[in-house]
Amino acid sequence: MAGAAVLGRLIWRVAEVVDVVAETARVKTVGFDVPDWPGHLPGQHVDVRLTADDGYQAQRSYSIASAPDRARLDLTVERLDDGEVSPYLTEELQQGDQIELRGPVGGYFVWEPSRGGPLLLVAGGSGIVPLMAMLRHRAATGSDVPAILLFSSRGWEDVIYRDELEHLDGNGLSVVHTLTRSQPDGWRGYARRVDKDMLAEVGPSASEHPHVYVCGPTPFVEAAAEALVSLGHEPAQIRTERFGPTGG
Amino acid sequence: MPPLISRGFKGRRRDDAPPDRVPPGQYVTNDFPVLSAGPTPHTALDQWDFTILGEVDELHRWTWDEFQALPSETVTVDIHCVTKWSKLDTEWEGVSVDTLLDGIETSAEHVIQFSDGGYTTNLPLEDVTGGKAWIAFDYGGEPLDPEHGGPARMLVPHLYFWKSAKWVRGLRLSTADEPGFWETNGYHNYGDPWREQRYWGD
Repeated sequence: MAGAAVLGRLIWRVAEVVDVVAETARVKTVGFDVPDWPGHLPGQHVDVRLTADDGYQAQRSYSIASAPDRARLDLTVERLDDGEVSPYLTEELQQGDQIELRGPVGGYFVWEPSRGGPLLLVAGGSGIVPLMAMLRHRAATGSDVPAILLFSSRGWEDVIYRDELEHLDGNGLSVVHTLTRSQPDGWRGYARRVDKDMLAEVGPSASEHPHVYVCGPTPFVEAAAEALVSLGHEPAQIRTERFGPTGG
Repeated sequence: MPPLISRGFKGRRRDDAPPDRVPPGQYVTNDFPVLSAGPTPHTALDQWDFTILGEVDELHRWTWDEFQALPSETVTVDIHCVTKWSKLDTEWEGVSVDTLLDGIETSAEHVIQFSDGGYTTNLPLEDVTGGKAWIAFDYGGEPLDPEHGGPARMLVPHLYFWKSAKWVRGLRLSTADEPGFWETNGYHNYGDPWREQRYWGD
């Protein structure tokens, strides 16, 4: 295939940990220096490969959190208590450690300013990660594409990238939170799961033909995508990425 | 380049995952994760049909009831998703592609599965004949859930599971290979899990 000749094989690269930053109690961002990183599009992911000293290996996929504009590659990882790889990435990795990764992977769940807008991003929990790469890229390129982020988290302290989202809000981006399990005193925002009424209020409407990206756990994505279709959004305009409880 | 040892990584080996059944880079799960690029379509059974078209003498079409009347098979197979999970001993009921192609003459060497929602995936015709592929409508003894591709999906267990189209509505036989949805979005054109053919160039 022509694309293969152009892109070549996705080789395993050595990535060195630059820093590890806690986003929430369960979520950390690991920043990597990846020599000769070929670049990526917002929304793409990488495969991570870990090798034990007896040769046993485990691979998992993680969305890229950083915009392509940055020299470093950030992966934001939620620790799954019964996971195999995520506890290692979030609890064990330290500055200077090296792991292997390859990518970028995936050519569909991506957005670039040239795709235009308006943009409707719907995130559940750590489903924010690939969408954050889009918003960071939008900001870094000075794009004025109208964008709305509807972000569902369990509680205020579980909101990943909370401060950065607050900074990004404005300049054509509107960030709307819903907190499904607990809300701080005086909370005036949404306090329930994403549903049809919420999506209708947050907009944009189907008549504006937004590019819609939905990412989160499977039930979240199923419900949100179904509600969007019932509001008249073209199924082909709704791009989804689901992750199950089995990750790791 | 020899693999880099990950300091302090132990991993979690599973006793119930025989190595000869788990392809390289895969891990065994007991769940059944869902991966789809868009919303789940819901086609009413009285609107559903299955067609075989393209490089054939004439278009062949089955309604849901006609399809259900075909002889079906129950198969227990291992499935492997390119996102790294494998699931062992999954039980399906469906119609063998051999049954559908019986009596159909074609010069095609390729087949493109097409689905509600616009999904397509391509593979050599010989990979869906000879008892290697089914159109499945039952999973674990229950009607196949829409999330997992119901009312009917392809089952081609010897390839990565994106080669088993959910919500499948037909097969287009072709003399030329035509890369499908994921195949044009960075994923391998053939997708053999035992050769770890995940992405372009693998």
